Amino acid sequence: MSSPTPSVAELRATAPHTSMFLRMLVRAAVLRRGRAASALLAMIVAAAVATAMMNLYVDVQAKLRKEFRSYGANIVVVGKDGTSLPADALQQIETNLGGRGIAVPFAYVVARATNGQSVVVVGADFDRVQKLNRWWSVSAWPTATGEALVGMRALPVVSPDGKPFDLSFQGHTIHLNPAGTLQTGAAEDSRVYLPISEFLAWSGVQTTTIEVAANGTAEEINGIVGRLADTLPVAEVRPVRQIVEGEARVLGKTRATLYAAAILIVLTAALCVLATLTGWVFDRRKDFAIMKALGASESLISAFFAAEAASLGAVGAALGFIIGIGIAAWIGRANFNAPVVPRFSVFPVVLAGSVAVALLSAIVPMSLLRRVQPAIILKGE
Amino acid sequence: MFARLLYESFRRQKRRKLLAGVAITLGVAVATAMIAVATDIGDKINRELRSYGANLLVTPQEDTIDVEIGGVNLKPPSDGNFLSEADLPKIKGTFWRHNILGFSPMLPVNVAVGVPHAQDVTLVGTYFAKHLAFGKDEFTTGVRNTHPWWKVDGTWPADDSSDILLGEHLSQKLQLRTGGTLTINGQNFHIAGLLSTGGVEDGQIVAPLPVAQHLLGKPDAVRRVYVSALTKPEDALARRDPKSMSGELWDRWYCSPYVQSIAYQLQEAIPHSHAEQIRQVAQNEGTVLSRIKGLMLLITLAALFASALAVSAAMATAIFERRREVGLMKALGAGNFAVAALFFAESTLLALLSGLTGFFAGSWLAHQIGRSIFDSQITIEPVLFPIIMAIAVVVTFAGSAAAIRRAVKFDPVFALRGDA
Repeated sequence: MSSPTPSVAELRATAPHTSMFLRMLVRAAVLRRGRAASALLAMIVAAAVATAMMNLYVDVQAKLRKEFRSYGANIVVVGKDGTSLPADALQQIETNLGGRGIAVPFAYVVARATNGQSVVVVGADFDRVQKLNRWWSVSAWPTATGEALVGMRALPVVSPDGKPFDLSFQGHTIHLNPAGTLQTGAAEDSRVYLPISEFLAWSGVQTTTIEVAANGTAEEINGIVGRLADTLPVAEVRPVRQIVEGEARVLGKTRATLYAAAILIVLTAALCVLATLTGWVFDRRKDFAIMKALGASESLISAFFAAEAASLGAVGAALGFIIGIGIAAWIGRANFNAPVVPRFSVFPVVLAGSVAVALLSAIVPMSLLRRVQPAIILKGE
Repeated sequence: MFARLLYESFRRQKRRKLLAGVAITLGVAVATAMIAVATDIGDKINRELRSYGANLLVTPQEDTIDVEIGGVNLKPPSDGNFLSEADLPKIKGTFWRHNILGFSPMLPVNVAVGVPHAQDVTLVGTYFAKHLAFGKDEFTTGVRNTHPWWKVDGTWPADDSSDILLGEHLSQKLQLRTGGTLTINGQNFHIAGLLSTGGVEDGQIVAPLPVAQHLLGKPDAVRRVYVSALTKPEDALARRDPKSMSGELWDRWYCSPYVQSIAYQLQEAIPHSHAEQIRQVAQNEGTVLSRIKGLMLLITLAALFASALAVSAAMATAIFERRREVGLMKALGAGNFAVAALFFAESTLLALLSGLTGFFAGSWLAHQIGRSIFDSQITIEPVLFPIIMAIAVVVTFAGSAAAIRRAVKFDPVFALRGDA
């Protein structure tokens, strides 16, 4: 009896029951590859689509908000009653923003052109303005000192022939070269823009307005407005309602559409998985009947089918999650030129959902089969 | 015999057909709804983008420049040219009148308010919700339409009244509330409400246009007109100079709702005017619109792909289950072609039936989405119907093809023995 290799009967006697259970699970999938594969495919597609939609739903809003920032400033900081802002106002605003936005200082005076006409002259930080107001149509930005950006409608007043011109403010005169023209279709067209350092040296007027384009949700913007008002008590801080409300409206509608689309798609995917898996389990009624005929208890069979469905759901969820992340990244890249950041917090949701749908699609046919005698199934009726 | 096989297959295998049918119906429904929403979302979002306000500004042609800082106009009031109020309804007579959702004239006047210490304040005359008619067209237009972010605490004044709205900040400065009386240039005006805009108007007075014209002493005068129009995003043609265009190209430019061509038509309609796009609003619309449209298009593609795969999986399952049938048919002498033809016929029938149901379910879904999100109809183009049906048939065919091929190739002996 002391042979080096134990007999099969001995092996079976000592082996834990789990190995048989596992073996049945694996063999069932391997032997009927085609069926298992098509069920798995449905599972993967559903999980992938669900993952992609959830990822997009969270990320797209941030992406769209960024697009909305091309509308320019959503917060304006001005000195109370027309006074200048403190010298460190810009710095304080930037500390408050913490890199999540851009602040652009402006200073305004009314100067006289050589022909005696009044014109609004603005000192601005051109590098920042270019980032903030991307809709400005500028023929050429000033680069050298003594160059100015002249609004389309101000041009005939200050420099009708495009030659250098003089502007005077409180007895100080500045000689400027028109570097290019500016067209916006709004008040900017009637103004002359100078670099803010040259403006200050000429007029002595400090920054009067700071326009801020802050990134974030409506609540975050309100929070920034509140904090700025606290740190700059001499200034009046107000959100630009036109921009904030327009954005909220369009974003809200887009989000709702996306939400509806996500629900539709996930629901369809789930129902298709249900249809496919139910067919798959139903198709295996012979296995069910044989197991029952061989003496397996109903709870064991149920556990077996449930385990099979659950593992299918889990594998499908894992593979689908990877593909879904890929789809979301592709949509992000194709539409926003920036990939959607994968959110792994979505995975437990997808996993739980997949397993739940898989289990549900196993339970429905099981409860139908349980009522039927194994002999009838085996006879093929 | 073929027809009978087909009929019996549907009659006897109701459950299987139903499962596959449900899968196709759902897939088609989602595809229909998504395509309908995606094709219509451009128009819907375009309308929503109008909440950013006017995208066109009409000014007098020979205009002097504005000398204005922070909403305070420093120019003498009588300076500059004016547009004629009587010309305004002509805006609704332009080629793209249906795209013009509204317009608001503005007439700023520098006035002195309060006694005994008079302060200089800007009063703006405008339309609130003015009823106008051009030919047979009747319409209502004004700031309530073009400036939706303006909020009034109190009531909006009637356009023919002499009630005024007081800017929020100004009301704090003057210590006045709704229902009070404000003395402007020696005359008393009733304050109908307090206006909050988050812009320069918070420090101004807004009044019906005739009030401003009366204070200025220029009846019929309008300083500028804000026009809110639905436009098509700018493309290469839009940016070209219309003067350099040949006849046919010019027609195409003129008959496209670009912001430039609408501006051109406004100039034609209103004598001695200059119309310009407000670039902050007009230029950014296109970007936002194309991003949202692009997003919906890609999601629709993903949805189509998903429903195609789901339908394919369902069809493959349905055919896989019927190997014994195939074996039996082949054992009785059916050729590969006959068997495949039967399956394909079944698939097509199933696709057509489910596609039809799915199309209507999808239309209903799109309708619901349009109503609940955008408060308006989502129009389903009739041309979508044949396209959807074709997609349903093709996808079902493609999904069945691999399974049918494998089912047909299988040896009938094994199939019948149950070794499938």
